[in-house]
Amino acid sequence: MNRYQPEIECASEDRLRGLQSERLVRTVKHAYDNVAFYRRKMDEHKVKPADVKSMDDLPKLPFLCKDDLRDAYPYGFLAVPRSEVVRIQSTSGTTGKRVVAFYTQQDIDVWDECCARAIVAAGGGKDDVVHVCYGYGLFTGGPGLNGGSHKVGSMTLPMSSGNTERQIQFMCDLGSTILCCTPSYAAFLAEAILEQGMADRISLKAGIFGAEAWSEEMRRDIEDKLRIKAYDIYGLTEISGPGVSFECSEQTGMHINEDHFAAEIIDPATGETLPLGSKGELVFSCLSKAAFPLLRYRTRDICVLSRKACSCGRTLVKMSKLMGRSDDMLIIRGVNVFPSQIEAVLLKCGLPPNYQIIVDRVKYTDTFDVQVEMTPEMFSDTVRQVAARESELVSALRSMLGISPKVTLVTPRSIARSEGKAVRVVDKRTI
Amino acid sequence: MIIDQISVFVENNPGRLADIAGILGKAGIDMRAMSIADTAKFGILRLIVDKPREALELLRAAECVVSVTPVLAVSIKDLPGSLAVVLRVLAEAGINVEYGYAFVSRKQGNAYVVIRVEDNRRAVECLAQNGIKVADGKEIYE
Repeated sequence: MNRYQPEIECASEDRLRGLQSERLVRTVKHAYDNVAFYRRKMDEHKVKPADVKSMDDLPKLPFLCKDDLRDAYPYGFLAVPRSEVVRIQSTSGTTGKRVVAFYTQQDIDVWDECCARAIVAAGGGKDDVVHVCYGYGLFTGGPGLNGGSHKVGSMTLPMSSGNTERQIQFMCDLGSTILCCTPSYAAFLAEAILEQGMADRISLKAGIFGAEAWSEEMRRDIEDKLRIKAYDIYGLTEISGPGVSFECSEQTGMHINEDHFAAEIIDPATGETLPLGSKGELVFSCLSKAAFPLLRYRTRDICVLSRKACSCGRTLVKMSKLMGRSDDMLIIRGVNVFPSQIEAVLLKCGLPPNYQIIVDRVKYTDTFDVQVEMTPEMFSDTVRQVAARESELVSALRSMLGISPKVTLVTPRSIARSEGKAVRVVDKRTI
Repeated sequence: MIIDQISVFVENNPGRLADIAGILGKAGIDMRAMSIADTAKFGILRLIVDKPREALELLRAAECVVSVTPVLAVSIKDLPGSLAVVLRVLAEAGINVEYGYAFVSRKQGNAYVVIRVEDNRRAVECLAQNGIKVADGKEIYE
């Protein structure tokens, strides 16, 4: 029935809750004993590890934000001796500091297990050929699905991203059956496969697509073109990586691996915990992590949780597709982008922070334009010099963000200002 | 000899160039010559006008990005081959021409070529040594 660990995935709500409580108690103690931040924060909130006896006590714990992680860069949240750490992963660059996540071997095993559940839910097994074209490296996409595929025992193709010709060739020659990548790359690959008349030579049956938002229309389009079933997957480096939640055959939301990650929905303005079914900010607490045990981490992702019985038989709580963010972070081609990062680059290049980000989606691929107001310092009477300064700016942005924007120089004071405040982001995507 | 060229940043947008020309026209500033360098993303308008200082202030006040570039205005005969002579002299001296454009003056009956080089003084010397006259500002502006 396409389940990797049915005893967990289909456990009764009571049993899951019991398991969560037991693990939460242990993790809170572990974090308090080993991370100075938690000791200080919990002492400030006048809560002791002993006050957390079950999941009911979760709201007593203070929240954790991305800024806390940045401030503690690099080792501040490490809860085990460095000798126990076997891997790090990292988020794409943020203003100055990145977030670095640590994993013990046990943490990697849990992460792999979560991804294995996603692969099995998508119909994967020992006989499958799992084609991973998420990026490998600091980005969690590639390593996560790679590890999951190993657990399942599938033949794993660690393709990484790019080189579409080679992707298609391997897909045909080795008979890839499950494709793992961003939905926009899947759409791009589908186009390329059709254009090259290779549709009859591929054996794909399913795809696991995540790291960016995608619509039901896009899902149907990819499914039709590649003749597969397309499944959503969700995750974040801070919590582990892809596989925090995954979609099942019902394709109506993603089951959260709540034996490892406890989910809450809060009101982003007040921090108040909201009842099941409310729309709000998703908050995660790690229940089984050793190296990087984040508790009540605010994801800034807006969604709805549901425990409606699922036709797949899983009892794990389901989260809806993301409905937005409670901060100004943009996800462009799977990469997290904060407007403040662009501001930082402009200032570093000696330019005033007058800019506007314009994001759109053309043929399922995000376009990313940054308009920058021209300055006398940047201007020259020769095209050569202006172009050189412009390309310096593009490479500074690329190294900060991890993706390349198209930079357009515009007339000073031409960027739309509403009530004196510049409009920094124009997101034209309809997802 | 060396005259002031007004260089203006022009965003790639319909009407932008008309706006700039309008600002100068309204103030009664006469253009002697112009050229536009265009790339896929932006343009640079280069102007020789009768009142460069005034033009500069007007455009700055209109929040245009403007600079003044000293360029050479070389007076040549309006005959085939005249430009080649000038460029040959510069080439032989190893002087690279960044860009150039030409115009004909009604009053003087002469042609002028505006040339942007790295080292104006050296270019003027080379041209003078070869008997090529470099126009002065007065001649151009009046």
